[in-house]
Amino acid sequence: MNQSSSMMGVFVATFTRDLLLAYRNRGELFNPLVFFLIVVTMVPLGVSPDPTFLAKLAPGMIWVVSLLATLLSLDGLFKNDFDDGSLDQYLLSPQPLYLIVLAKVLVHWLVTGLPLTLIAPILAVMLSLPGPAILPLMLSLLIGTASLSLVGAIGAALTVGLRKGGLLLSLVIMPLYAPVLIFGASGVASAAEAMPYVSQFAVLGAMLAFAIIAAPFAAAGALRISANG
Amino acid sequence: MAWTWFHQWGSPKWFYLKTGPLLPWLAVLAISLLVVGCVWGLAFAPVDAKQGNSYRIIYIHVPAAFLSLAGYYVMAIAGAIGLIWKMKVSYIVMRSAAMIGAVLTFVSLFTGAIWGKPTWGTWWVWDARITFQLLLFFLYIGVLALQNAFEREESANKASAVLALVGTVNIPLIYKSVDWWYTLHQPATIKFTEASTIAPSMMYPLLVMVIGFYCFYGLALILHTRKAILFRERKSSWVKELLV
Repeated sequence: MNQSSSMMGVFVATFTRDLLLAYRNRGELFNPLVFFLIVVTMVPLGVSPDPTFLAKLAPGMIWVVSLLATLLSLDGLFKNDFDDGSLDQYLLSPQPLYLIVLAKVLVHWLVTGLPLTLIAPILAVMLSLPGPAILPLMLSLLIGTASLSLVGAIGAALTVGLRKGGLLLSLVIMPLYAPVLIFGASGVASAAEAMPYVSQFAVLGAMLAFAIIAAPFAAAGALRISANG
Repeated sequence: MAWTWFHQWGSPKWFYLKTGPLLPWLAVLAISLLVVGCVWGLAFAPVDAKQGNSYRIIYIHVPAAFLSLAGYYVMAIAGAIGLIWKMKVSYIVMRSAAMIGAVLTFVSLFTGAIWGKPTWGTWWVWDARITFQLLLFFLYIGVLALQNAFEREESANKASAVLALVGTVNIPLIYKSVDWWYTLHQPATIKFTEASTIAPSMMYPLLVMVIGFYCFYGLALILHTRKAILFRERKSSWVKELLV
């Protein structure tokens, strides 16, 4: 009983600490969102402003951009903790590293994936995605970005000790994002064509379930390696 | 006690000395299979009714693609052994497998592009299998890049082993890509992904080539690992004795 309450305690403590840190640096929270908006603005400028063409492009485009926005924000997931030594405290603490990583990833998702999901309808309208596809788009991003944060945590943990980890992080993690992207974007594309999309979303959900179980373990192992230089 | 043989392979010296006598056999086997397969496939297998002679690149393309996938497992399993039993040799095998696997993946993509030009009329199609093969290439590149990014060898080995293991979740997707992608994305179009329709007279040389590639892969892996071991242990007494 005591054990489990202390385990919950470390989860809650890490969660509130990271959320507070995110709130104190709230200027940074908008960066992924602005990036998201700017890249989507570039698409009609660079490709074509034709609405029917954009509507076809929209599901994949929004998904790719949210993937990039997540990647850009992942660099900082463990960076500050690594720099100021908190990471060593996590590693030394008797509580499972799994829960600490999970709490940090949850906060990361709350401050990047969730806002991306919430502004996605605006972008969907701008890219003239059909109306009935907007809710599925949000749902797919809601499930999918959580997987992206979890899988990305592994890459962030692997590269946290490196001086120029940012680009390497993208290089290493991008191939692992492919399945999430495929099922997310194809689900939205099906919804846009008024076809059933439940199977794709079920796979997205299964990926998330698996990622919740496995990814924090891998990230915790990677953190132990990175902390040793 | 029964595990002694296993742990002995963890010693670089043991690995180097024990694999030495295997090499000539493996080399003879690999080269003779590859020569037989090439001559059989290129000269004696029948001409394809639709594709003419251009299909003959299959004898390089398919074995390379097979081994690029199998090689990923070799790399990941070697990495896992390294993480679990902390064996030096196993990490060296993992690094060699990453290098050879990346090259094989590139070969399969490159020969695929050459094959695609006369048959599909284009160098590159965003077909599921091709796209995932490209992703496999990026996975290999990621492992190699991560390996090079660390200053300490031990961290580099462990980090790339973790990445290799995480990447294995993509491998079943690469195998299954054809079925899944098309059921979701668009109705199946006629593609040359159906291997079962190949005539036996074309398939036997292909099988010889596949086995030949496996032997060649083993040979290349052992040679690359031996080279890395010699370089790594260049200051130790047994290497000095061996080479002087």
